[in-house]
Amino acid sequence: MAELTKEEVKHVAHLARLAITEEEAEKFALQLGAITEFAEQLKELDTTNVEPTTHVLPLVNVLREDVATKGLDRETMMLNVKEQEAGQVKVPAIME
Amino acid sequence: MTLFERSAKELQELIHSKEVSIADLTKEAFDRVEKLDGDVEAFLALNKEKATATAAELDQVPFEERGPLFGLPIGVKDNIVTEGLETTCASKILEGFNPIYDATVVKKLRAAGMVTIGKLNMDEFAMGSSNENSAYKTTKNPWSLDRVPGGSSGASAAAVAAGEVPFSLGSDTGGSIRQPAAYCGVVGMKPTYGRVSRSGLVAFASSLDQIGPITRNVEDNALLLEAISGVDPMDSTSANVEVPNFAAALTGDIKGLRIAVPKEYLGEGVGEAARASVMEALKVLESLGATWEEVSLPHSKYALATYYILSSSEASSNLSRFDGIRYGFRAENVTNLMDLYKETRAQGFGNEVKRRIMLGTYSLSAGTYDAYYKKAQQVRTLIKEDYDKVLADYDVIIGPTAPTPAFKIGEIVEDPLTMYANDILTIPINLAGVPAISIPCGFEDGMPLGLQIIGNYFDESTIYRVAHAYEQATDFHKKTPQIWEVK
Repeated sequence: MAELTKEEVKHVAHLARLAITEEEAEKFALQLGAITEFAEQLKELDTTNVEPTTHVLPLVNVLREDVATKGLDRETMMLNVKEQEAGQVKVPAIME
Repeated sequence: MTLFERSAKELQELIHSKEVSIADLTKEAFDRVEKLDGDVEAFLALNKEKATATAAELDQVPFEERGPLFGLPIGVKDNIVTEGLETTCASKILEGFNPIYDATVVKKLRAAGMVTIGKLNMDEFAMGSSNENSAYKTTKNPWSLDRVPGGSSGASAAAVAAGEVPFSLGSDTGGSIRQPAAYCGVVGMKPTYGRVSRSGLVAFASSLDQIGPITRNVEDNALLLEAISGVDPMDSTSANVEVPNFAAALTGDIKGLRIAVPKEYLGEGVGEAARASVMEALKVLESLGATWEEVSLPHSKYALATYYILSSSEASSNLSRFDGIRYGFRAENVTNLMDLYKETRAQGFGNEVKRRIMLGTYSLSAGTYDAYYKKAQQVRTLIKEDYDKVLADYDVIIGPTAPTPAFKIGEIVEDPLTMYANDILTIPINLAGVPAISIPCGFEDGMPLGLQIIGNYFDESTIYRVAHAYEQATDFHKKTPQIWEVK
């Protein structure tokens, strides 16, 4: 498990939406291999019937009253958008 | 010398006796930044124009309407959003990003009448322990400019240590407030998870992140924590518990206090000076009426691996929002949407951030989820139970904040595992979610050492009481770096 191939690294990079070069793929294969090998030590522990902790506080379903409140206005929301047209966010072609 | 050698209480006395105005204090902060920040390099953005105008307005508010922090200057870590003031998380991917709202803590600072001086450098997206991972600059340790200030809230600690500002906010995911506080000889508190709203804190690892105060003394720290605490409808993980008057806990009385000292905190890798300073501190606390016993937190050795997996997994999900479309950096010369995502992220993120996104994505991907992510969550339960058991029998847990004083810039940054090892004393505390403070407790070769005091959930009051009693019995917090005096 600890050994990562370059192909696996490229697949993970695709899932993470990161462009990587061949050199980076090699470097990440080594680094991620070292870190996952380090993480193998967790297997020493028997965790049968141990509940996973997602959050330390016993919080469940934090809900507010179902009342509409005003959100941010559109002009403000668009302030940081680099490319826009007619109040809409512009992106490159989605399909070929 | 600077006005900022004084505590909040002393500064208020000066203001009330009209010896200084809020405008004077604000000017002092910008003057100090101008004089010192060329060397310290703590600030990424300054809020001079607005802060100066705000100070003049605040000077008009009647004294009886002012609280204990009114008019005092503060620096804010750059992963906390500030409306109209550039917020980058020290990453290229957020270059030029001007937030359109204030974080809840920033609103609370304003409600307390504090004046935001500027934004403080950090490791990119809070990933690192030295500030060397900033995409913009490497902040220096005011005690020795060839050393790191720690991280990731390195500049938040350095700016306070250099007397550029008397207060700052940092954030702590695996030690990011406490370790730099120790390295820079200041007081840094990581509150209980849920004590402070995370709304407007750019998320790194949502189940671990907490915002907290960095100050020069314990009382100021208690005042600032009170000002920023409380449940928030904008953060569903903020806890609906009462916010006490933390400063009222500073009675100086720790008679009968039960202290636990985990043997794992003084084990291999902890330097002789750090160990000795903790033993010396225990003697001081004993002389004040406390008792201590050695205990064990048997799962400590697994905390680091658990942290790698959980924090990276959460980061890989949280950082997926940076896609170049709605804000921040956007890659040019790309012809389709997938390439826009991939190129923006490849060019915008630094190496450490990419490495953690990759690790997190891998841990969460099909076929590895149970072996890594779920396993780490289960081990987290065991780590938390270690703390629950000890804190059922003791009031606080004490140990060093870091195994050594600040290391030299560039010293071990090449080896990620060594860098992470520096966090081993602080990480389990975030996994358990309990509060912990670092306060100055000695020096090694002129560099500060930190004492860590850990308490039970939502019992920051006891931590502050112990920290304050120790502080009053020692004078480490009164020492200032040489740079403090210059020019």
